[in-house]
Amino acid sequence: MADNNLSSLSRRTFVGAAGALGALAAVSGSATEQLFGSSVPVAHAATQEKTTWGHCAINCPGRCSLKFHVVDDEVAWVDTYTSKDASFDDPQPRACLRGRTYRRWLASPDRLSYPMKRVGARGEGKFERISWEEAIETACSKLKEVIDKYGNEAVYVPYATGVSASTARPFNRLLNLLGGYLNFYNSYSTAQISCITPYMYGSKGNGGSSFNEAENAKLVLIFGSSPTETRQGGLTTHYDWVHLRERTGAKIYMIDPRMNDSIQGHSDQWLPINPGTDAALVAGIAHYLIEKNYVDLDFLHTYCVGYDEETMPEEYKGMNMSYYDYIMGKGYDKVEKTPDWAAKITGISAKRIEELAEEIGTTKPLYVNQGWGPQRRSNGEWSSWAIMALPCLVGQIGLAGTNNGTREARSATNLESLPAGTNPVKTSIPCFTFTEAIGHVEDMTKEKMGVKGADKLSVGIKYMINYAGNCLTNQHSDINRAHDILADESACEFILGIDTVMCDSLKYADIILPDLFRFEQYSQISTGSDWGYIITGTPATSPKFERKTAYEMCELMADWFGVKDKFTEGKTEEEWVKSLYEKSREKTPSLPTWDEMVEMGVYIEKKPNVISMKKYVDDPVTNKLDTPSGKIEIFSSKILSFTKDWEVKEDDTLPGVKTLMPIPAYIPEWYGVETTTEKYPLVLTGYHCRAHLHSSWGFLDDLKAVNPNEAWINPADAEARKISAGDTVHVTNEFGTIELLAKVTPRVIPGVVAVPQGSWHNADMSTSDRLDKGGCINTLTTQRPSPLAKGNPQHTNICEVVKA
Amino acid sequence: MAKYAFYFDGTRCTGCKTCEMACKDFKDLSVDAAYRKVYETAFGATTRDSDGCIVNSCVSYTISMSCNHCDDPACTKACPTGAMHKDEETGLVSVDSSRCVGCGYCHMACPYNAPKIDRSKGHSVKCDGCADRVAAGEKPVCVESCPARALDFGTIEDMAAMGQRANIAPLPEPTHTNPNLYIKASSDAIPSGSVDAQVVNPLEVM
Repeated sequence: MADNNLSSLSRRTFVGAAGALGALAAVSGSATEQLFGSSVPVAHAATQEKTTWGHCAINCPGRCSLKFHVVDDEVAWVDTYTSKDASFDDPQPRACLRGRTYRRWLASPDRLSYPMKRVGARGEGKFERISWEEAIETACSKLKEVIDKYGNEAVYVPYATGVSASTARPFNRLLNLLGGYLNFYNSYSTAQISCITPYMYGSKGNGGSSFNEAENAKLVLIFGSSPTETRQGGLTTHYDWVHLRERTGAKIYMIDPRMNDSIQGHSDQWLPINPGTDAALVAGIAHYLIEKNYVDLDFLHTYCVGYDEETMPEEYKGMNMSYYDYIMGKGYDKVEKTPDWAAKITGISAKRIEELAEEIGTTKPLYVNQGWGPQRRSNGEWSSWAIMALPCLVGQIGLAGTNNGTREARSATNLESLPAGTNPVKTSIPCFTFTEAIGHVEDMTKEKMGVKGADKLSVGIKYMINYAGNCLTNQHSDINRAHDILADESACEFILGIDTVMCDSLKYADIILPDLFRFEQYSQISTGSDWGYIITGTPATSPKFERKTAYEMCELMADWFGVKDKFTEGKTEEEWVKSLYEKSREKTPSLPTWDEMVEMGVYIEKKPNVISMKKYVDDPVTNKLDTPSGKIEIFSSKILSFTKDWEVKEDDTLPGVKTLMPIPAYIPEWYGVETTTEKYPLVLTGYHCRAHLHSSWGFLDDLKAVNPNEAWINPADAEARKISAGDTVHVTNEFGTIELLAKVTPRVIPGVVAVPQGSWHNADMSTSDRLDKGGCINTLTTQRPSPLAKGNPQHTNICEVVKA
Repeated sequence: MAKYAFYFDGTRCTGCKTCEMACKDFKDLSVDAAYRKVYETAFGATTRDSDGCIVNSCVSYTISMSCNHCDDPACTKACPTGAMHKDEETGLVSVDSSRCVGCGYCHMACPYNAPKIDRSKGHSVKCDGCADRVAAGEKPVCVESCPARALDFGTIEDMAAMGQRANIAPLPEPTHTNPNLYIKASSDAIPSGSVDAQVVNPLEVM
């Protein structure tokens, strides 16, 4: 990575680069300052400042509002939607620390400015500047060749998180005009919970209650979530959490192996737990609730199936397969899930579990919420399911101040997106399995890898368009394995990469196209949480060098294929943004006019509190769920029927059980607190840090300086390894070794190491050890997909740490 | 004209450092310079008992702080040239870069880690309370940036009405320089002078 020396990027340098008048101003400015002090005015023309609105487009639903102060076509500084007299209750989508650094990214010397072709090996990072004509010709002729030779199923657009906006998916639209591409389902954010939630709650209306509804609760349990870190900016969960915490009278518990930043200053809210054991905690609580008669049997028998024998589906009656039988030791592993049992697994003492269970049994309303940490694990489908089952046990769903155990609702304002068209290819793969679809296509079957729309893939992925994505390596798992698969040019034959800077995944591209930021073009985005808002952006500066918008790139490619008119429908991107907004206005007439939106930049609307599943609880007969029983399923027959032909690995389920578990049981992780080894005695878990959102911003020295890449390690573990705070350490497991600094802190429990996800992988892949000096956790994560969702279990890891 | 103070709400701050980055962008600071910093403290222990269960007395909290524009600034007293000076009207302390010789005494004298010598500029640099913005009726850029609404800036009287004068650890006793920083402390905070609460993120703030 190039040295990002910002002192060379001062505003004066910008002025100097802006043309003759600017250059004069710069020269006279610096010279006169030296001679006479700073009171001599610089050329007036150089100081004309305008402001424009823009939005952050990275996949944190925070959506920072950005107010660009622009001088001579260069951004001087970045402000946000704010006002000096705003009260605590005034909604303002203020930018986060990352949003505040956009000038540095925008004007970074690392910015890609020209189309390039690869001249080294894949992953080596060697490229040469080429013309746009050559880039488009190469990318399109290769695409045609692949489609002609292998069919459209060989074309793929990998999961990516770098750009969101109403017109941010032009490549999918383009490919649909060319016969389509292999679909994916799942995400790297929510694979396991998104998979399991419909089994339990049905596919519609299964979302959580809003955070502001928790103001009406008396007890708030948050499992595996740091709302202030995962969605830092804008008017979403950072602000909503701080607001809720101050306004609610409820007692709050944050259940996390790490005292995350959302707990700081409120340390008594931290309930530390061994990672990956949430379902065991719920089971221990359930046992206590049953023993003490705190279980709401009316709710469970009216609204749920599978809690106990009474509501088991006919064909599974009398087989000890209910959740009750699991808890009381009558079914499955035949182990009674007492608080003592749970204590050994969770690291929370039996006494503490009983106290917590007593509070849960006696305090209403109860608001149970989970982040996406507990589910991003090898047992994540069942962990997240168990957390959702907890409020069911005490009937705390659908009522004021309650939640169904999923993440908080986000109420976004309606905004239409660029139509992608219809994809003639119906086959779909879990996004996490794309490396298998490149390197081991024989494994890509329905039973083994969750292929949908076909029994198996007929052809491997041969062409990828990686737009604003770092999931080929950095954000995927087992980077060393991913490298070996991607480096083979006979497997995936061509990769087209589009980005603003040279992230690790881009090094595998055959052709690179230089992207413009969404705030260098017309762009609109909608988001929200307790509040909804739309940000309407206009170009802060003109396009620099040979950078183009993704829409323009697609236009050029569409032209090559002779489908330009179909692609554009005669519209520029600006016209698309506007027409999509007008369409949104037709559906929501209360929205302001386009011109008003451009003028105001940020449009905010009050959203009503959301009470999860209120409709169902109010009238379970009329509003039945679309689960097989029409009810909440604590036992899912559908899991058994859907996976009946699947090969179930021993460690995907409980001992003695041949199927995947049809109830929210605790299953030890493949790499977890119960499966550490002598060689790798520590559990390794990831988390979202302040410095980058996934890997976006991961190269910016300014953010690294205030948020160094650190492995959190407990003083006991550090002392045993003679590691002191600030030491460089190596974190190692069977998949590789990363290098980063040690943060020795009681904010993480003994036996657990926490490493932020998204740091930039930096290894010489030609060496034998491939030491990752960038400290990217995915050098250490497995590519084995989770049992049911076939999702990324990236928090399920074990490791050893040594002083470097 | 009124004299000014900062206010910090420790019950709201989440340690996100948006204030710091907003300042760095507005003031066009280099990577290694920051006028406002977020200090983390953590103390107590997180251990396991003989059964492997977690025993936890860990406490952690953050303080966002820039220059406190003290009533009795240590920096101005230490400055041999008078470059470091306190504005009589606003009370804001700033550097006259044309008079500063870059000796670094202000840096050494300040108990709040505020002034630093910028070797490339050859003089002391620090938070000036966004004096230009304040003169134009705005608040310092850090204050208006805070996503958690944990910062404020205003007359000493108004800020003092909301919090106590910078008396939580790891900050020194406020009696040394009478800082114009008023704090609403979180329940985790312990008083100045408590040796338990040390700055635990030196890499980020030094």
